[in-house]
Amino acid sequence: MGNKIIELKGVTKNFGEQQVLKGIDLNIYENEFLTLLGPSGCGKTTTLRIIAGFDEPSQGQVLFNGIEISKLPPYKREVNTVFQKYALFPFLNVYDNVAFGLNIKKVDKSIIAQKVSKVLKLVGLEGFEKRDVTLLSGGQQQRVAIARALVNEPKVLLLDEPLGALDAKLRKEMQIELKKIQKEVGITFIFVTHDQEEALSMSDTVVVMNEGIIQQIGTPVDIYNEPENRFVADFIGESNIIEAVMLRDCLVQFDGFQFECVDKGFKDEEEVEVVLRPEDIDIVKPENAKITGVVKSLVFKGVHHEIVVQTKYRDYLIHTTDYFEVGLAVGLSFGPEDIHVMYKMDY
Amino acid sequence: MKYFRNLVKPYIIWSFLMIVVPLLLIVLYSVTTGGNSLVNIQFTLDNFGKIAEPIYLAVFIRSFKIGLITVLICFFMGYPLAYMIARFSEKVQSVLILVVTIPMWINMLLRTYAWISLLSDNGIINSFLVSLGFEPVTMMYTDFAVAVGLVCDFLPFMVIPIHTSLSKIDKSLIEAAYDLGANRVQTFFRVVFKLSLPGVINGVIMTFLLAISSFVIPKLLGGGQYMLIGNLIENQFISVGDWNFGSAISLLLAVVILFLIHLMKKMDPDETEEG
Ligand SMILES: Nc1ncnc2c1ncn2[C@@H]1O[C@H](COP(=O)(O)OP(=O)(O)OP(=O)(O)O)[C@@H](O)[C@H]1O
Ligand SMILES: [Mg+2]
Repeated sequence: MGNKIIELKGVTKNFGEQQVLKGIDLNIYENEFLTLLGPSGCGKTTTLRIIAGFDEPSQGQVLFNGIEISKLPPYKREVNTVFQKYALFPFLNVYDNVAFGLNIKKVDKSIIAQKVSKVLKLVGLEGFEKRDVTLLSGGQQQRVAIARALVNEPKVLLLDEPLGALDAKLRKEMQIELKKIQKEVGITFIFVTHDQEEALSMSDTVVVMNEGIIQQIGTPVDIYNEPENRFVADFIGESNIIEAVMLRDCLVQFDGFQFECVDKGFKDEEEVEVVLRPEDIDIVKPENAKITGVVKSLVFKGVHHEIVVQTKYRDYLIHTTDYFEVGLAVGLSFGPEDIHVMYKMDY
Repeated sequence: MKYFRNLVKPYIIWSFLMIVVPLLLIVLYSVTTGGNSLVNIQFTLDNFGKIAEPIYLAVFIRSFKIGLITVLICFFMGYPLAYMIARFSEKVQSVLILVVTIPMWINMLLRTYAWISLLSDNGIINSFLVSLGFEPVTMMYTDFAVAVGLVCDFLPFMVIPIHTSLSKIDKSLIEAAYDLGANRVQTFFRVVFKLSLPGVINGVIMTFLLAISSFVIPKLLGGGQYMLIGNLIENQFISVGDWNFGSAISLLLAVVILFLIHLMKKMDPDETEEG
């Protein structure tokens, strides 16, 4: 990853009484695909708007290539935005929408024509120049919006839930395409979504937010495998989250048993929480496992079965391609590397 | 349903008697001779031909001229006003719009008399000028006085549709323009103004129609000799007694108005969807 391009330092934002961002520290690098992930209302859009310049932070700094820009109006920033509802100009056709920014900058007409046709090709809208934007499908409008932003050759592209309005299939296609476009133009993408799958599959870096606070920053694999707290674990995917005690490095106790694990650096006897991913648990014969129980329910989910096993202390959620009858006595087995120990959150 | 439909009947009969019958009479008068008595009528198109006579044509031209002046002044005063109002919070906006309409709550005659006392040769403005050592200026019975009266009366009809258009603008379009590098002025002319055009066209047509068909204000502020289309019609019916010619002018005016209203509806996307 290249140089730091955007830096947020202690950024807060108040709307009246309500503090929406409670001190955001974030570094964003060149060529990075960074995703802001979090539930509705956690401040993702607000963060993006502060970077774009539509909102000013209440406190803190926004640096662009090391220069403070929090007071700079949006039209002077080298970032462009793809708006959630596209925000295409209804009175302009596809070509003029895309050319808007270049026209403002009084770029030569022939250069505009070249750049527009190049970027329309990039987003797969060749031959759409004369079309009325209001008559395009959602996916096509989305592409126009991306082209309109990219044609200005920004250093950073901000995308606020750009795929939110598309149906599942188109969404998948656009995810792949967006990633391809990002590689091709080689600029930083800051992408907002509340869909964890989307975040994990597209990003270089995922920033998990909740209630105006960054919960964890990391690669998708880090975030998925090593969630730092219960919120991240819960938000990233269906999980078994278990109260536990860290006896010493690499030894954790829960459900009345001690388990080897790979986590270190906790205090001895520290109260922690353990994440067991549903797909990491194997169902075995009861005599081959410490934790035992009976199959409580089984739901077929297309590829796998979603099984709930009732044990003495709790219900465990398990994903497996095998079939187990409801009522069957089973054991639950998992290896040391499947146990993810997290700091306990104070609620 | 049947029951309710029956309830509507008196209203339909009533409006037929009060609106449709007079309208039909106007159509009938406009293509006949013989005045008020319907006993010995003869069909003719002379009434419409008469409109082209120079004296009457001059009235039409003057009406259009005054109409245009009123529209222009209303536009250049009304647009900034509507724009400023639209920048406030929604609550404040509705109060301000109410304030804009306050003049409409005062009887038009009263308002017009107020202008007379302001504009007349020894009125308030002139006394003020004289006390400052200037020559008094004749303002009453000029195009100026009529325009002032008309603008004052019809400004809300320009402000309200423009404000409606402006307040309906999707804020993210304005942000998109900023985002693409347009400063405030560029954003205004390239985005905001274009999106407010339906309101502008509505306001322009509305004030134009009201101005060319008004007759009280031109009569009081323009004097007895000052004729606009409205005065011409009034005269034909009341003092001249040529109901046929009066009807022809009314009909022509009605057609123009209907045409312009049709245009106006076409401009407003919301209206066409409903209708
Ligand atoms: N202009 C504003 N005035 C007052 N409150 C606001 C404003 N903009 C946002 N908020 C509040 O700030 C909080 C965070 O909003 P934000 O739009 O950043 O959330 P988000 O993470 O983008 O959510 P979503 O996924 O629903 O888009 C919300 O509680 C919202 O109500
Ligand atoms: Mg949002």
